[in-house]
Amino acid sequence: MKYEQSEMAIDCFLLAGRIMMESGAETYRVQDTMLRMARSQNMMDTQSYVTPTGIIFSLGRTQPTRITSISTRITDLHRIVLVNNVSRKLTSQMITLERAYDELKRIEKTNYFLPILLQVLAASIASSCFLFLYKGMLTDIPTAFVAGGIGLYIVTIIHKMTRVKFFSEFLAAVSVGVVASLSVHYGFGTEVDKIIIGSVMPLVPGLLITNAVRDLMAGHFIAGMAKGAEAFLTAFAIGSGIALVLSF
Amino acid sequence: MGTIILQVLFSFVATACFGVIFNAPTKVIPACGFVGAVGWTVYYLVTDMGLDDVRSSFIGAFVVALVAHFFSRKFRMPMIIFSVSGIIPLVPGGIAYNAMRNFMEFDYVMGLQNGIRAFMISGAIAMGLVFAEVIVQMLLGIMSKGKTSIQSFMKVRK
Repeated sequence: MKYEQSEMAIDCFLLAGRIMMESGAETYRVQDTMLRMARSQNMMDTQSYVTPTGIIFSLGRTQPTRITSISTRITDLHRIVLVNNVSRKLTSQMITLERAYDELKRIEKTNYFLPILLQVLAASIASSCFLFLYKGMLTDIPTAFVAGGIGLYIVTIIHKMTRVKFFSEFLAAVSVGVVASLSVHYGFGTEVDKIIIGSVMPLVPGLLITNAVRDLMAGHFIAGMAKGAEAFLTAFAIGSGIALVLSF
Repeated sequence: MGTIILQVLFSFVATACFGVIFNAPTKVIPACGFVGAVGWTVYYLVTDMGLDDVRSSFIGAFVVALVAHFFSRKFRMPMIIFSVSGIIPLVPGGIAYNAMRNFMEFDYVMGLQNGIRAFMISGAIAMGLVFAEVIVQMLLGIMSKGKTSIQSFMKVRK
């Protein structure tokens, strides 16, 4: 195989792996996708090592080996779907490697997130619904609406500013706690526990927990442990934020 | 009957909203909501019948994974898109919260009790998801070569 082509191939596979990992795909899916893409290009001897913080990929004995680091991990299902589509098209020989690489580069640059106001609204509605599902009082729904929205807004804004996940989740939990306690104090709400439980649901690391266990069961012990640690840290941040408010 | 309809409705809306927060593609957000509504309704009915919450979480997550698998085949998207928001209503937020609150009030015995229960429930959810996926793969495995899954991953490695 020509040198330039294998260079581009390895860049393409690593980019696909990196986008998926950054968007919160399972580790085994990332590895599977990269190996499939490689096999579709008649590269049978590839090896990969995927962890939540970096990917090592090799095309074979005499071929190049590359490493890419993954610094941020968020939940962005749209990107996972798009990369998955590119990989499907490449493996069924519908597009060439060059085309796939271009599409991946475009996916990497584009921001697919919905406007933040819509996300905050979704968090507000979800919090109100959870209050109902957890048998809270219907009169508390307005408070949960406000608190849930504020929680997600703060976690997004602070994370953009500081890039420290733990800190932003902690502050968001504190603000949820403050809103809930104040509303109960001034008589807008009645059950502070139920309001808080409903309103912190948008912050809960659901994707991390499930992915951690599924990676463990697929034999990716390092990835599973790392994701489990991240989930634990998030849960701890939320818990300590709420605890701080409740202790006053 | 009225309460069940309300439960279905509210869990649908809540899960669909989580689809928005997790940035699922717009056209599958109703499907995400449907997965969550089915999972929660099964959980609710099973709990109502008197089963404890660890077992009902397992059953709920199992059903979530089955429905998510159906949609993942229908829309040709990874299963994770549907299962992630679907299990959110089952997450033991309330029990974890109570555990934390007990620890704050220096009631360590109660806190540990609640904490371990929350841990058991999350384990049950994860097991439900994986079991359903493995069983579906086992049933379809012979016919479907080239599908992304734990099992096909294992095949690739051989």
